[in-house]
Amino acid sequence: MSEATGPVLAADGTPLKRSLSRALRMQKLRALALVAPLLLFVLVTFIAPIADMLFRSVENEIVENTLPRTAAVLADWDADHTDLPGDDAFEAAYYDVFIAAERKLHTRLGTRLNYELTGVSSLFRKTGRALDDIGEVYQDQFKALDKDWDKGTPWAELMGTQAWIDGAQGWKKADGPLDRLVVRDDIAALLPATAAAYQEFADFSILEDDKSPLKEEPWTLVHSALYTDLAALDVSGYGGPRAEMLKAADALVATPEFETINTREALIDIEDGWADHEVWQTIKTYSPKYTSGYFLNAVDMQKSPEGPIMRDEDERIYGLLFKRTIFMSLAITISCVLLAYPVAWILANLPMRKANLLMILVLLPFWTSLLVRTSAWKVMLQQQGVINDVLVWLGLVSDTERLVMINNQFGTIVAMTHILLPFMILPMYSVMQTIPPTYLRAAKSLGANNWTAFWRVYFPQSVPGIGAGSILVFILAIGYYITPEIVGGTTGTFISNRIAYHISSSLNWGLAAALGTLLLAVVLILYWAYDKIVGIDNVKLG
Amino acid sequence: MTLTPARKMPLSFTLPVVGASGGFFGLFVGTANGSGLMGVVIGFLMLAAIAYVVVNVAGKTKEKPARWALVALFIGLGVLLGGAPGVVMGLLFGWFAGWFAYFIGFGRYRQDLAPYLTSGQVLWEYAFRILCGAIFVFLITPIIVVMPLSFNAQDFFTFTPEMLRFDPEGYSLKHYRDFLTSSEWQGALRNSLMIAPAATILSVGFGTLAAIGLSQPHVPFRRAIMAILISPMIVPLIISAAGMYFFYSRIGLQGTYFGVVLAHAALGIPFVIITVTATLVGFDRSLVRAAANMGADPVTTFFRVQMPLILPGVISGALFAFITSFDEVVVVLFVGSAKQQTLPWQMFTGLREQISPTILAVATILVAVSIALLATVEMLRRRSERLRGMSPG
Repeated sequence: MSEATGPVLAADGTPLKRSLSRALRMQKLRALALVAPLLLFVLVTFIAPIADMLFRSVENEIVENTLPRTAAVLADWDADHTDLPGDDAFEAAYYDVFIAAERKLHTRLGTRLNYELTGVSSLFRKTGRALDDIGEVYQDQFKALDKDWDKGTPWAELMGTQAWIDGAQGWKKADGPLDRLVVRDDIAALLPATAAAYQEFADFSILEDDKSPLKEEPWTLVHSALYTDLAALDVSGYGGPRAEMLKAADALVATPEFETINTREALIDIEDGWADHEVWQTIKTYSPKYTSGYFLNAVDMQKSPEGPIMRDEDERIYGLLFKRTIFMSLAITISCVLLAYPVAWILANLPMRKANLLMILVLLPFWTSLLVRTSAWKVMLQQQGVINDVLVWLGLVSDTERLVMINNQFGTIVAMTHILLPFMILPMYSVMQTIPPTYLRAAKSLGANNWTAFWRVYFPQSVPGIGAGSILVFILAIGYYITPEIVGGTTGTFISNRIAYHISSSLNWGLAAALGTLLLAVVLILYWAYDKIVGIDNVKLG
Repeated sequence: MTLTPARKMPLSFTLPVVGASGGFFGLFVGTANGSGLMGVVIGFLMLAAIAYVVVNVAGKTKEKPARWALVALFIGLGVLLGGAPGVVMGLLFGWFAGWFAYFIGFGRYRQDLAPYLTSGQVLWEYAFRILCGAIFVFLITPIIVVMPLSFNAQDFFTFTPEMLRFDPEGYSLKHYRDFLTSSEWQGALRNSLMIAPAATILSVGFGTLAAIGLSQPHVPFRRAIMAILISPMIVPLIISAAGMYFFYSRIGLQGTYFGVVLAHAALGIPFVIITVTATLVGFDRSLVRAAANMGADPVTTFFRVQMPLILPGVISGALFAFITSFDEVVVVLFVGSAKQQTLPWQMFTGLREQISPTILAVATILVAVSIALLATVEMLRRRSERLRGMSPG
């Protein structure tokens, strides 16, 4: 028989190997198709938010977005030097802060930079209020020369293309947003700074104010820019719309009576913080798009020209908080082990029926709402609470010296030990159930006393249960928020309370994200260890 | 079943032991009434006398009347010392004194212990049981204490003297009435009942399918997929909440009903995956092949053969998902807005600002709900094990 030497064939004539691998592939694809919807769901609703948080912990676009010109100028400035940056930096800061103030973004930037250097917030706020004073010097003079310099339409005619002006004529709010103003090329080449400033103004009034630049008088910033351009450039060759008006202004600027203002001095005059080397340094340090600043802050360090340094002793809070979180989580884990071990032992060694009955006492707290258990502890531990009342009634404590058991570390540890105890008992119980009681009897019949039999025979076999329970409890404890918030007071709070504070109260989201990332890293390492030791498939519930 | 025959113990053992227990309780009664030492002495003498009477006079033959007499005696004492609450204390003490005197006096304490144990080992055994008992008390007391307090007639978080006197004036249903009539609480309840079922349906739907997929014999990247699907349970809630807050406000879901449902569904998924995969471990795949063999298409096979068998796992997964969402407060605090204020959220703000014991009424209701849920899950687990022949009962 000649076929016997060839490959083994399946019923339909294809080689068996190929047909088998195809069947296997089909099976894999079917399994993946079943898993895919959920995987996608979790990726979008859960993993993406976590990734977003990681991103926020380094993201720092606000400085670059709000102060683009200043950031560009400062890129070349040597921050180590004690000199202030040049006039161009002040000029750029004037433009940036003016625009930011119009768009009401300067206070947000101030808040952001205030995390790094106290006082910057008020610097930006004050500057934003007073910046119009600089431009008004020019605006008033141009206005005195020709009223048209303070009106929308003449400016638009000077700067915009005819096509745009025609299109914008007769526009009403109801028509929806106006087209973006297009600056004529010849004027953009002739008056670059003015064109840029006017473009900003026109964009702002169209997009954010919903008003036509034809009707709006331009910002004083545009007048300042016009002065800068006229002082430096020659406009005599210009022949487009409103040429007369422009040339008259040029002539006015050339006269010695024309009042000018120095931007550097003006800024320092508004708020002397602008003369502070540190302010400029901070702006420069935090102008890149990404920063390690939040992470440094989260470990009590800060940026400095010499690289990261520790903060002052009295400003270090996060190291302490992390240490306290870990210490308290450890204390909770240890007390859980101590309390859970006897209970798990007795559950595993009692007859089935009794054990099931007692198991209810473990499962009931497990199933009871966390808020219920936390409120129960609040009721129990208060100074006018149940425990104190009982102690006073028994005469162990006098009425005036009731124990302080809440709003401190003690309260948090007791309440959280109670809340997390089932998570320790259940894994321990499931491990102890598998230890044959005959081993202990064998050890005793070989002459071991109770203690030796327990310590040398039983205990080593129950260690996996302790390990599984401990990691689980520690992971859960380290990220707890509700219970410490309610019974922790000020000394019993965890890092998570600080994260919540930064998200909802201080609004320092970057720092919250950085703290969260550090906490997540700790938890993931433990999760990995848990997976190695216990296996994530072996998690049991109830 | 008795391991060791009970025998009458000598008085030199019974009297001091029973007396010591009397001294122990006497200490508390004594301190409460002025002198601890007097309490110890009186308690000791009293119980020792009782033990003598019980063992030598009443004996086994008159056990019942003797114990009833003791209960009556102690109730009388209780009324004398402390009024109405004294009745309850007296009842408990009387029952205990009788039981303990017989327990020790007639050596019943050795009945279910091995006969070869030394007295030290017996003592240790009982000390251990008492320790375990104390831990169980620690586990359950906070939950028990909440219940009577929720009937408090005052706005206090503790027992009032009226309550301790069992004065009906001290009790009222006003906190329950508060809960049922206040629009805030009712709104919160409504929100909870709107969010939790929706989140449960989402997580059970996706989760069951995925668990079936994951339990197929050849799944590529099984470990990695499992790690991702379980992660919502492992990542601390505050981190999930922070991330969701940032991300959902980017895509406009923050502060919406839909956003909260999605967030809660994500949190419930690990529980569904774990319970359903656990049920599928015991699922006999040849049943599917048998069904196919008899001409059932995959959909019919799933609904007529596989689903009924894994249903207990699916339902208990659903209950877990439901309770996760129903209890959840951190994520909803951040992802939700005032319009999505749920029951736990309302409790949380109540606890922080300490407004009213209505919280305790809600807590009692929630405990009742969780007892119901626990019973359901236990029943399902047993049913599932019986179905799969894993355990007899």
